[in-house]
Amino acid sequence: MGRRAPARSDRWSTYETMTSFLVRRILGALMILLIISAVTFYLFYAVPRDPARAFCGKICPPETLQLVRHNLGMDEPLFVQYWHWLAGIFAGRELVQFGDCPAPCLGYSFATQEPVFGAIVDRFPVTLSLTFGASIVILAFGIVTGMIAAWKVGQPLDKIASASSVIGASLQIYFVGPLLAFYLVDTMQLIPRPSYVPITDDPVGWFTHLLLPWVVLSIIFTANYTRMTRSQMVEQLAEDYVRTARAKGMSNRTVFFRFAWRGAMIPIVTIFGVDLATLLGGAIITEQTFTLHGIGELAVRAVQNNDLPMLLGVTIVGAAMIVLLNIVVDVLYAFIDPRVRLT
Amino acid sequence: MTTVSWSGEPGTSRGPGPFLSVRDLSVEFSTEDGVVHAVDGLSFDLEKGTTLGIVGESGSGKSVTNLAILGLHNPAYTRIGGEIWLEDRELISADRATMEKLRGDRVAMIFQDPLTALSPFHTIGRQIGEVYRKHRGASKKEARDRAVEMLRRVGIPQPEVRVDHYPHEFSGGMRQRAMIAMALVCDPDLLIADEPTTALDVTVQAQILDLLKDLQQQFGTSIILITHDLGVVANTADNVLVMYAGRAAERGTVREVLREPRHPYTWGLLSSMPRLNSSVDVPLKPVRGTPPSLLNPPSGCPFHPRCDYPRLAGPELCFGQRPDISPETGHGDACYLTLAQKSELRTAQTEQTEDRTEDRA
Repeated sequence: MGRRAPARSDRWSTYETMTSFLVRRILGALMILLIISAVTFYLFYAVPRDPARAFCGKICPPETLQLVRHNLGMDEPLFVQYWHWLAGIFAGRELVQFGDCPAPCLGYSFATQEPVFGAIVDRFPVTLSLTFGASIVILAFGIVTGMIAAWKVGQPLDKIASASSVIGASLQIYFVGPLLAFYLVDTMQLIPRPSYVPITDDPVGWFTHLLLPWVVLSIIFTANYTRMTRSQMVEQLAEDYVRTARAKGMSNRTVFFRFAWRGAMIPIVTIFGVDLATLLGGAIITEQTFTLHGIGELAVRAVQNNDLPMLLGVTIVGAAMIVLLNIVVDVLYAFIDPRVRLT
Repeated sequence: MTTVSWSGEPGTSRGPGPFLSVRDLSVEFSTEDGVVHAVDGLSFDLEKGTTLGIVGESGSGKSVTNLAILGLHNPAYTRIGGEIWLEDRELISADRATMEKLRGDRVAMIFQDPLTALSPFHTIGRQIGEVYRKHRGASKKEARDRAVEMLRRVGIPQPEVRVDHYPHEFSGGMRQRAMIAMALVCDPDLLIADEPTTALDVTVQAQILDLLKDLQQQFGTSIILITHDLGVVANTADNVLVMYAGRAAERGTVREVLREPRHPYTWGLLSSMPRLNSSVDVPLKPVRGTPPSLLNPPSGCPFHPRCDYPRLAGPELCFGQRPDISPETGHGDACYLTLAQKSELRTAQTEQTEDRTEDRA
C-alpha cells in the first residue's frame, strides 16, 4: 500500500503524455508511409509493362523510346527515381516531359498528363464525404440496433435485429447499389441520382445526393456492428461491476447506458480502427457503382492504365488517411477507458 | 450475545420479529442441462446489530442466497420461492422500484473482488457519490463531499486526492476499503459482505475485518458475512450458518458451532483448517469427495456420499430420507445421528488428533 498513486488529476502530465504520444505516433506513421511508397514503387517495376512504350505510340523506333524514357525520368536507376519522387513531395521538381511541378509534387499522370496532387485534391472531398458519412451511418445504426437487441435480449425485437443483421452482412455493394438505385431513384423518385455536390455550395444537396451511397456502403458494416454491440453489451451486463451498480440501486437504464455501454464501446472502437481500411476499399467499389468521381475511381483507372505516378499518389494518400485515423482512434480509446495510457 | 431465534408464521403480517428473516427460501436456475436447485428450503434470522457468518464450500448457495435478498438474480432464468422479510416488508414479492430504492440505501453489498466489482470507467468518488445522489437526492457537490468523508472514514489517506482516482490506481486493500465506503455511504441497516477478504492478503484481511467491526459498533449495522474461512467467522460473527448443497447443515452461535460442532460436515470443515497450535506434522483432514451436483442432488441427506458415518443412524435412513434442521431455535443441525452418538464420535476424533500430535512431539 506504500505505492504512490500516479497523479492522474495532474493536468500537466496528461498533456505532456498526449504530446509525446502524438509526436511518436506521427513519426511512426511517416516511417510506415515511406515503406509503403518504396514497396509500391518497386512493385510497379516488377510488372512487365513499359509505360514509355505506351507513350511512344504504336510505331516506336528505339531512339524515340529512349527519348521518352529520358523525358519521363525512367532511364535512371530505380532508387534514384524513387529519391527524385520523394524529394519532389517536399521540394518540388522539374520534369522534362511536363515542366515545373511545385511542392508538394507527386508527379504527373502518365495517362491524362494532369498533376497527380491536383487530381487527388480535386477528388478527395468526394471520398472523404463518402467514408465520413458512411462511418456515421454505420456507427449510429449499428450501435443503436445492437443496443436495442441487447436491451430486449431474447425477445422478438432482439430476434428481428439479429436476423436483419445477418441478412445485411451477406449483401454486396454492387448488388444492393443498383437495386436500391433502381427502386428509390428511378421508380419511386424519392432521392436524386447519386453524385457529388460540394458541401460548401449546397449542404442539403450534398446530403441528399450522397444518401444512397452512404446507405449502400454502410449496409454490410452496420450489420457487423449490430452483432458486435449486442454481444458486447450482453457480455458487459454479466460483469461484476454491472452487478455492483445494480446492488447500489442503479436503475436498469443507468446500468445499461452509464456502465455497460462504456465497456462495450472499447472493442467496438478498436474494430472500427481496423475496419477503416476496409471501409476505404468499400468506398472504391461504391464510387464505381454510382460513378462518383472520387479517389477510388482514380485508383482503378491508374491500375488499368499502368499509371505509376497516379498509383503511387493514391496509395500514399489512402495509406496516410488510414494511419492518421488510427491515431485518432487510439486517442479516442484513451478517453473511453481510463486504464489505457498513451505511452 | 444473541441467539438465533425462529419466529413468525409465513404469510402473516408480522409484529416485532427479527430484523431479517429468511423463510424456506428456494432459488432455482433453469439451465440448458436442467434445473439447478441452488438453494432449497433455507431459513435463518438476523437480529439488528449482529453479524451472521454464512460458511460453506463453493457452490453451497451462500452467494445465491444473498443475491436473492437483494433481488439481483435475473428473473428470466431464476425461480425464487419462500419469503424474505426485512422488518415488516417482504422482499421476494416486492416490485422493481421498491427493490431499487432499497438497494444501496437500506441494504448494501460488498463483493469479493473489488477490482472487477468496481467500474473501471468511473472515478472512485463518482461511484461512491452516485449512490448518495440516487438515494438522498444530493447535488454533485454534496455527493463528492460525502465521498471524501466516506473515504476518510474507511481509512484511506489523502481522501481529497484519492476521490478523483480510478479503481486501477488503488491497491487491493484500498479498493476494498473504497468498496466498503461505497456500501456504507447511505448508512445501510443491513450489510452483506460476500467474501470481502478472500482476494486480499492476510494483514489487509485483518484490517478490513476490524474496519467492518468498528463500523458496526458505531452505526449498529447488521452484517451477513459470507466466507469459507472459519477463522474469519470465529473473529467477527455472532452467529453461524453452515450451508451445504443449498441447505442449512448447522446453525448456532459462534461458540456453539465452533466448540461443539454437531454436523459431520462441520467437523470436516474444522479438521480441514490448519491450526497454529498443532504440529506441522499432523496432516490436515479435508472433507473427502467433491460437493454434489445441484442438478441431480443425491437422494436422502445431500452429505451422505461424503459422510464417514452414513449407516450409523440406520441402514437406509441417510440414503433415502432428507434430514431437516432441528430444533426450531438455537443450536441445530440437519443430521440423523443422536446427540450422544455425535459427542462420542467427536470425542474419539479429537483424541485421535491429539494422540497423533503427541506422538510426533
